[in-house]
Amino acid sequence: MSFFIEVLLGGLLSGVMYALVAIGFVLIYKASGVFNFAQGAMVFFAALTCVGFVDKFGVSLWLAIPLTILVMIALALAIERVVLRPLVNQPEITLFMATIGLAFFIEGLAQLLWGSQVRKLDLPIEDVPNEYLMEHFNILVSQFDMTAAVVCAVLVVALALLFTKTRVGRALRAVADDHQAALAVGIPLQRIWVVVWSVAGLVALVAGLLWGARNGVQFALTFIALKALPVLILGGFTSIPGAIVGGLIIGASEKLAEVYIGPMVGGGIEGWFPYVLALLFLLVRPEGLFGEKIIRRI
Amino acid sequence: MLYREAGQFKTSYQSDGQILPIRQDRVALLALLLVAVVAVPLLASPYLLSAILIPFLIFALAALGLNILTGYAGQLSLGTAAFMAVGAYASFNFVARIPGIPLLLAFVLGGLCAALVGIAFGLPSLRIRGFYLAAATLATQFFVIWCLTKIPYLTNHSSSGVVTVQTMQVFGYKFVTPGAKYLLVLGIVALMALLAKNMIRSNVGRSWMAIRDMDMAAEVIGFRPLRTKLLAFAVSSFYCGVAGALYAFAYLGTVEPEAYSLDLSFRILFMVIIGGVGSILGSFLGAAFIVLLPIFLNMLAHGLGLATNYASNLELMVFGGLIIFFLIVEPHGLARLWQIGKEKLRLWPFPH
Amino acid sequence: MEMMQPPTVPGTGRRIGEVILDLKNISLAFGGVKALTDISFDVRQHEIRAIIGPNGAGKSSMLNVINGVYRPQHGEIVLRGARRTNMDCYSAAKAGIARTFQNIALFKGMTVLDNIMTGRNLKMKTNFLQQAFYLGAARREEIAHREKAEAIIDFLEIQAIRKTPVGRLPYGLQKRVELGRALAAEPEILLLDEPMAGMNVEEKQDMCRFILDVNDQFGTTIVLIEHDMGVVMDISDRVVVLDYGKKIGDGTPDEVRTNENVIKAYLGQAHDGANGETQA
Repeated sequence: MSFFIEVLLGGLLSGVMYALVAIGFVLIYKASGVFNFAQGAMVFFAALTCVGFVDKFGVSLWLAIPLTILVMIALALAIERVVLRPLVNQPEITLFMATIGLAFFIEGLAQLLWGSQVRKLDLPIEDVPNEYLMEHFNILVSQFDMTAAVVCAVLVVALALLFTKTRVGRALRAVADDHQAALAVGIPLQRIWVVVWSVAGLVALVAGLLWGARNGVQFALTFIALKALPVLILGGFTSIPGAIVGGLIIGASEKLAEVYIGPMVGGGIEGWFPYVLALLFLLVRPEGLFGEKIIRRI
Repeated sequence: MLYREAGQFKTSYQSDGQILPIRQDRVALLALLLVAVVAVPLLASPYLLSAILIPFLIFALAALGLNILTGYAGQLSLGTAAFMAVGAYASFNFVARIPGIPLLLAFVLGGLCAALVGIAFGLPSLRIRGFYLAAATLATQFFVIWCLTKIPYLTNHSSSGVVTVQTMQVFGYKFVTPGAKYLLVLGIVALMALLAKNMIRSNVGRSWMAIRDMDMAAEVIGFRPLRTKLLAFAVSSFYCGVAGALYAFAYLGTVEPEAYSLDLSFRILFMVIIGGVGSILGSFLGAAFIVLLPIFLNMLAHGLGLATNYASNLELMVFGGLIIFFLIVEPHGLARLWQIGKEKLRLWPFPH
Repeated sequence: MEMMQPPTVPGTGRRIGEVILDLKNISLAFGGVKALTDISFDVRQHEIRAIIGPNGAGKSSMLNVINGVYRPQHGEIVLRGARRTNMDCYSAAKAGIARTFQNIALFKGMTVLDNIMTGRNLKMKTNFLQQAFYLGAARREEIAHREKAEAIIDFLEIQAIRKTPVGRLPYGLQKRVELGRALAAEPEILLLDEPMAGMNVEEKQDMCRFILDVNDQFGTTIVLIEHDMGVVMDISDRVVVLDYGKKIGDGTPDEVRTNENVIKAYLGQAHDGANGETQA
């Protein structure tokens, strides 16, 4: 039984990490209606840049992080200028394909700038079992994973406050609802987009640091973004709580499936299980748990 | 001056409905076919044949398949490589297990297997649309490839998971030389392109485009969305399946799961986007572009003295950049640029 | 072109036939919103039946019910004597009902000719394989249907734009192409949802002429939604008036024009000069 709880908790916590990536997607989709396929590439880029600063320039981690944030803001500016502005009235599918192109571009750029070897990222949190849980409940849960969960919670609260309490947040919500109307009341669309993509970049950095510390900063990080898709399908594309719930479900079910069903069929289920789960879910609820129902007028 | 339609009147619906109504186009295509069938095998180097022309044709076929699904029927798919893999593995198994089976039949059967898988994974498309469907096709991609690695029967119980394919032979003639392989591939691809063109301009093609443009109105006219979408998945997967079989038999020489990764799905999608969504010519142009670009970049990198990994990263950046560029400047891709070129040519040398 | 027995109406020479479509106690609700409440009326063969009413009265919903897009929660649809309440779009199309839409629903990626050819869909018999090889039967069928489509193009006088992608056409021509697509199916009942919306006087006259010709030459029964009172009173045989999902008037144009409920709800008082609508 405790093994089950271990696997479950492990899954939930890795789900938290997926949720972090998914939140970046949701932010951008909510505020610009763009499904940002390049979010994974941004995670990779952010992590690689941070590690790059530490390794190549010998900067301490605490300085590298703000520097990376500046880089991500610059990236957001560039993306808005070069990709979003020229494509402003195009159908969603065109923007989606543009972000696919963007993903490839960013991946190539990241490796061009910082090289393609796997990097180790050392965060001051250790990946050791938490002693309290170990002693009292005999459950093996990593300290690192728990810290990640806390970070995620803090981030979500911060974002929620940003959206609901500040002027910028209100503007973001207006833009998400209706671009034209937002423009009509004088909200500077382009500046908002830079803000959103920068915040998404920040979220990508957080996700990148956590994932990078756990798995090493390598190209495979971009595939995590793909895993975020089932998360979004479950949780809806427009809801941050949905992204979290979706992440938890995906993380938990993925691990449980791998451990319990995996041995029966030769293993390797993790690679496709979340997608098939999302697919089955879509058949029942096409707009996800928390998403908005799509109404079509004839 | 040369490219005028003046004097070419159509007196029957039959002649108006031709694939190439303008005489100059017919002449040009005939010339191109002559060059392709006669001159190229005689004059081209084995490298040109094996490393450029054969993959170009194979990818064009796969891009054609994806275009049918995504361009004409409007169903975005990221699982192209999986369907190619099914075609490859199935064809291999048919040849290995049914001695004496005609090669072309094995390819067709392989394509049919891919079509069945396509129908199965296309069923959700009635309820799901847009990027949700794209995400669902990812399920196809990962799941199918996993199946192919895990089921030993499919690889004829090979221990390494990689199988060498049999030599292609039709009626006892073995296709070993690059020239021979090239001609076989050319024949298959040309025939299938013709079939695709016929379908597109018939009721089938119209049904796909109707569902893509306005599925509510299409239903009111009497098109049945599920049937139409499933047919699109089936035909598209068939094309990708045959392309996959050719990929294994005529190019790689082996059947292995890594060759049909998500990366390949993206490459084919790029071919479709750059070449022109919803255009048969576009599939060929896009395939040519994507096949030639890495070679060109490699030469460039060499010329500038950069390391090879620079070249591969540069390739990613250029791909990505070009996608964005095309989507901004000419969303209908190279095919539309081609059309615009032809329009200008009709007037040349006059300005208007 | 097919010539059915020309209908005659007393006094004008047009013949109106038996009841072809009978709607009984139709009620339709979306969630809490009642779009239609207990609506009953009938449509006779070969007639031109207008449905009028203020915005939001439920007119388009009514057409959607006839057409199989919406299933009413209560009520019956009797088509040519057979109860067809659970019709979906496909069955409605097969039963010979075609329609146009309020906001044009043409296939923007195709040419005018292709759009009209899509209307021939239900009449096509060859399958996709035959079409892929395009020999024999498929080729003959395509050409035969092309001829029919061209007949409609001639009828609607749009020969010059047959190869133009519809997205590039002005609004009035798009509406005409949509009519052509509906006609291509050789329907028995044609549902027109505001066919003259957004048109100037000349375009309206042309569209009126086409509608009357369709009714005259092909004998098609027409149910149309229209706001222009002049047109409605002029060309329709009978009128149904809806308001807030309920029927408040039903009869000939003259009867409806003098109906008190209708005047109050919709037409406005005579001395007011009405709401900018013409009073024929």
